[in-house]
Amino acid sequence: MAIERETVLHVARLARLDLREDELERLTRELGAILEAVGKVAELDLEDVPPTSHPLDVVNVWAKDVPEPPLSLEEALANAPEVEGALFRVPPTA
Amino acid sequence: MPPWGACGWARGEARGEAGASRPYEPSGPYGARAPGRRVARGWSCALRAAPAPGDERVTVDVDTLRLTAEEAIGLLERKEISAAELHGAYLDAIGERDGELHCYLRTVEEPSGHGIPIALKDVISTKGVETTAGSRLLAGYVPVFDATVAARCKAVGLTLLGKTNTDEFAMGSSTENSAYGPTRNPWDPERVPGGSGGGSAAAVSAGLAPWALGSDTGGSIKQPSALCGNVGLRPTYGTVSRYGIVAFASSLDQIGPVARTVRDCALLYSIVAGRDPRDATTVELPEPVRLPETDRLDGLRIGVPRQLETLPAIEPGVRAAFERAVDLARDLGAEVGACELPLSFEYGLPCYYLVAPAEASSNLARYDGVRYGLRVDGETYREMVERTRDAGFGDEPKRRIMLGTYALSAGYYEAYYGQAQKVRTLLIREHRDALERFDAIATPTSPTVAFPLGDRAADPLAMYACDLLTIPSCLAGLPGLSVPCGLSEGLPVGLQLIGRQFGENTLFRAGHALEQALAFDPVPARLRAQERA
Repeated sequence: MAIERETVLHVARLARLDLREDELERLTRELGAILEAVGKVAELDLEDVPPTSHPLDVVNVWAKDVPEPPLSLEEALANAPEVEGALFRVPPTA
Repeated sequence: MPPWGACGWARGEARGEAGASRPYEPSGPYGARAPGRRVARGWSCALRAAPAPGDERVTVDVDTLRLTAEEAIGLLERKEISAAELHGAYLDAIGERDGELHCYLRTVEEPSGHGIPIALKDVISTKGVETTAGSRLLAGYVPVFDATVAARCKAVGLTLLGKTNTDEFAMGSSTENSAYGPTRNPWDPERVPGGSGGGSAAAVSAGLAPWALGSDTGGSIKQPSALCGNVGLRPTYGTVSRYGIVAFASSLDQIGPVARTVRDCALLYSIVAGRDPRDATTVELPEPVRLPETDRLDGLRIGVPRQLETLPAIEPGVRAAFERAVDLARDLGAEVGACELPLSFEYGLPCYYLVAPAEASSNLARYDGVRYGLRVDGETYREMVERTRDAGFGDEPKRRIMLGTYALSAGYYEAYYGQAQKVRTLLIREHRDALERFDAIATPTSPTVAFPLGDRAADPLAMYACDLLTIPSCLAGLPGLSVPCGLSEGLPVGLQLIGRQFGENTLFRAGHALEQALAFDPVPARLRAQERA
C-alpha cells in the first residue's frame, strides 16, 4: 500500500519530527510496506465487535485527596536543558 | 502547545546577551554533570561507566556463572559471604566478560543494600542513576525518583548492580536499536540476545547478574530469555506497577523478572508485584505468589494451539525442541491436548503493530527538549521541538511514531487503530475460550533461535516477525513464562507457557517441574571452561 510523500510530510508535522530528505524517502517506502502488512486487520468483518482499549477491567480507581510533598524546585529543574530562575527557558513560539 | 511566550521574554531578544539564561549547572546530590560520574544518595555512593581493571576490591571465590538468586541469598543468610563481596564478585565478572557482551550501560560500584545484587533494564527510573531507555534523547538524564519496582527492590535490600542495555524506548527484538550499541548473545557473540531486553537476559545468562528486571510490551522479556537460555516472566497486565517506567505502550507494558530458575523468577515477581496507588492500572494479586516445589504435573491441562502445525515461520530445530518438551510434560503427568487460536497468529502481529505504535506516538510526544533530555536549538519553539526529536530518536522509534500518528489521524483512525482495537477483543476472547479447557497454553517462545547481528536490522517487517508467538497473549493481557527447553544448532530454545489472568502460580508450577525434568544447563557452552570447580 503505497503512501504518498505528502501524507508522510503531514504525519511528520503532526508528530513534530523535522525529517531530513533521506529519512523522508526511506520512511515513505518503509511505512508503505508496514501499512500493507498491518492493513490486514481490515480483512475481518468486525461490525458487531466492541473495541478494547485496556485488557484489565478496572473502573474509577480513585486516589486519596491527600496532599503530599511535591518535587522541590531543584529536583524539578535538575535535568532541564535551560533554566531561567524557576522557569524552563525555551525559544519563542513562532 | 503551552503558552510559553507568556513568560515575558520578548520575541527577538538575542540569546547570550546579558541577563539571558545559561544552562543549569546541577549541584548538591547530583555532583558533576558528566554522564556516568554521579554522586547520588539512595542507590549508590559512586558510579562509573565501566569497572576499571586492576581495581582493589575484596572478592571471594564465587562462581557467578552458576549461582542462582536463591543460592546467593542463602550464602548471605549463612554469612558465608558479605553483600559487598558478592557485589564485588559480579563486578569482577562484568569486568571480565562485559567488554565483549555489552550487557550493561553503566554499573554501580558500591552496594547500597544488605541483600543480593540486581540488574535493572534502563527503562526503569533509578533515583540518582542515569536512565536512558537506550536513547540519545535521554543521555545524561538522571531521574529524581525511583520507579515503584526499583523502590520495592530497594526496600527488601536488593542492591543495584547496574542498568542494562535495551532497544531504544523498548522498541525492537534484538537490542540492535540501542543508541549505545548492541548487546551480544553469550552463547554466540556474533548473534543477537533478543530484544528489547537483551541486556538483562544476556547479563543473567553470562553470570553478570543473579537476576534482573526487564519490561515486556510484545515479548521483550520472553523472547530474549528464550534466545539467551534463561527464564523470563511477562506478568498479567496490572499486577506490576508501571510508575517510573519509561512508557512505550501503556496498555501493554509490564515489568517482569528475568532469572536463572523459575523459583528465582517467582521470588522476584513476589517482590515487585501488587497494587501501587501511583499506578491506577494496577490491582492487588488475588492470591499470594507460591514458590513452586513439586516436580510433577499431574492434573495440569496444557493446550497446544493447532495453528502451530502450519506456521512456516517456526524453524525445524525449534519445533523439535518444543515437541520434546511437550512430550516431557505428558510424561510428568500433564494432560496435553490441542486448542484453537484461529486468529492469533494471523492477526496478532498486524493488530499489535497498530495498537503499540499508536500508544507510543502519544507516550513519546513528551520528548520535546523542554524539561529534560536532549535539546537541539531552534529559532522558534516549534523548530526546537522538531529538531530535537529528529536528532534524538533513532530509526525504529521514528518509524513507530510515524506509524502510530498515521493510524490515529483523522480519516485513518477507524480503518487502522479502531479496527485493531476490535481485533484485540477477538484475541482476548479466543484466549479466554482456550483457557477454559486448559490451564496453560504452550508454544515455542520464538520462531527461531538467535539470529546473527545485522540479519534483520535493515528489514523492519522481518524484525517484527520475531514477535509472532509472544504478541497475541500480550494483547490479551495474559501472563507468559518462557523456560529454556533445549538447544537447536547449539543455541537455546524457549518454551512459552501462557496462563489465565493472574495465573502466575500455575505457570510457576508448570515451569518448575519442566525445568527440573529438562535439566537444561543455563551456562552458555562457550563459557563453561571459565567455571570454577
